[in-house]
Amino acid sequence: MTVLVALAVGIVYGVSLLLLLRGSLWQLLLGLALLSHGAHLLIFAAGGLVLGAPPLVPEGALAPLQGSADPLPQALILTAIVIAFAVLAFALVLGLCAGEAGGTDDLEAYGGERG
Amino acid sequence: MSGFLLVAPILIPLLAAIAGALGWGRARLQRGIGVAGAGALLVAAGSLFLQVQQAGVLALQVGSWSAPFGITLVVDLIAALMVLVTAVVGLAVAVYATSEIDERFLATGFFPFFHVLLMGVCGAFVTGDLFNLYVWFEVMLLASFVLLVSGGGRRSFTSGITYVTLNLLASAFFLAAVGILYGQVGSLNLADLAIKLRVPEAADASKPVAMLLLVAFGIKAGLFPVFFWLPASYPTTGFAVSALFAGLLTKVGVYALIRVFTLLFPLGEGELAPLLLGIAAATMASGVLAAASQAHVRRILSFHIVSQIGYMAMGLALATPLALASAIFYVLHHIVTKTNLFLVGGLIARAGGSEELTRLGALGSRRIGLAILFAVPALSLAGVPPLSGFFAKLFLIRAGLQVEAYAAVAVALVVGLLTVFSMTKIWNEAFWKPAPETRDAGGRGLPWAAVGASGALALVTVSLGLGAEALWSVAEAAARQLHEPGDYLRTVLEVRP
Repeated sequence: MTVLVALAVGIVYGVSLLLLLRGSLWQLLLGLALLSHGAHLLIFAAGGLVLGAPPLVPEGALAPLQGSADPLPQALILTAIVIAFAVLAFALVLGLCAGEAGGTDDLEAYGGERG
Repeated sequence: MSGFLLVAPILIPLLAAIAGALGWGRARLQRGIGVAGAGALLVAAGSLFLQVQQAGVLALQVGSWSAPFGITLVVDLIAALMVLVTAVVGLAVAVYATSEIDERFLATGFFPFFHVLLMGVCGAFVTGDLFNLYVWFEVMLLASFVLLVSGGGRRSFTSGITYVTLNLLASAFFLAAVGILYGQVGSLNLADLAIKLRVPEAADASKPVAMLLLVAFGIKAGLFPVFFWLPASYPTTGFAVSALFAGLLTKVGVYALIRVFTLLFPLGEGELAPLLLGIAAATMASGVLAAASQAHVRRILSFHIVSQIGYMAMGLALATPLALASAIFYVLHHIVTKTNLFLVGGLIARAGGSEELTRLGALGSRRIGLAILFAVPALSLAGVPPLSGFFAKLFLIRAGLQVEAYAAVAVALVVGLLTVFSMTKIWNEAFWKPAPETRDAGGRGLPWAAVGASGALALVTVSLGLGAEALWSVAEAAARQLHEPGDYLRTVLEVRP
């Protein structure tokens, strides 16, 4: 399963980089969104994948069972998702404003020095 | 008491931001809150620094979870120094901003986001946890995004795209590194990580993580070859905002590099040190050469940020206690001087009506005070004694000679000369040459708040130079703590919640 998830991470990163390099404003924003997804999946995979053993404390016990999943990567990802969501919302609005100000989707026309 | 002092650099800007948000729409109130908040931060940072100097490393286990399970706030000398200098330039920029930022932005979002930015910067300095560092980076970035695109009108939308993209890319690298490191070592507390990474097998396995972190912080610090976002975005926004960015943002990246590559992956005799030294030399040279070809005040200054980051990276790459101390000294000098140069750049644009050197002229005879205000930080940046920049370069070059890194020392010396060239160019064009005939008639008067803020920072630069010996001994002590992190580790892991 780790191999499958690793492949998925690779594909998400690959698609994201492709989109980032296309030179189109909207594809750039999509690429940024995918990039954070790739990073989240990567954390999940790197933290060790455990099938069917959620990190829940059984009734009456003080700690989760041996061999259950590590809850920390999940907590990290949740935090990162919240941050990525906020940043993406900002980037989308910025893209809208820049698209209106620049009047084009072509990134070659942008760039601070000439803009 | 020390617990409160540790939280204060985060809490005070947070409260100031909330108070500012509550006073939305009232410019006078916002001015008061903004400046008072920055002043309170300076008081807190000053007492935190004194406390750390007396009592050594301080730590606080937030939420009463003992390390390494909870989040630890930890302040050693370098963190205390960084928080202190952040508060100094924060106050200067806050005062300057009251007269520079347009009334509408000042009445609404400027000061709340300004303080959120300061909170992010201070949080990054005081945290003792790698993931928490990521969160503070993001807090800082989000605030900087808003300030960047709100301060400069339409032009900054397009440059904002570059800035946002490159910074998000860096954050993705950082996040990936954090995830992989946790998977490998099973901890995110910096002190705990430092101990676990001392096992040679763990250190070998985590080399890719070290590279990922180098790339992530390298982008944020503006190292060669990933610095292009910086000169593309800084000159497009308002002066107060760009001064704040110029002083603080890249230096948080430098601080993160220093922290990670002394505590987690000590550079010592690994193969990373020569690589970083090469990058440092390339950063110094490319920044200063690019600056030489520019004719726009803030674009010249922005490329000089890049060039100066190279000096700090060189200090880190040499990795001896002497070199680390020089890097720390350089960072402190640079934050004060560079912020001030951007503030003075704003005054030049106000007095001369433009930022293009071709359209400026004769400011030297018409504005003697402004000429002095520019000369102090410019000479300091160029490394003229007895100003702080001279000692910063002197210590660094001495550290380089000590380990016989002659090539890097040569680059540093030549780059220093070229810096003089750039500063002379601004001086000649803006202050010395006769006013061009196309110049639009009336330069406006200079507001007292802006002149005062810039003058105060110039005084700080002068006193850093005159008090170089005292500052050097503090920087040396800070470097010793980085080089032998025993105190840091003990304090973090043994302080009970």
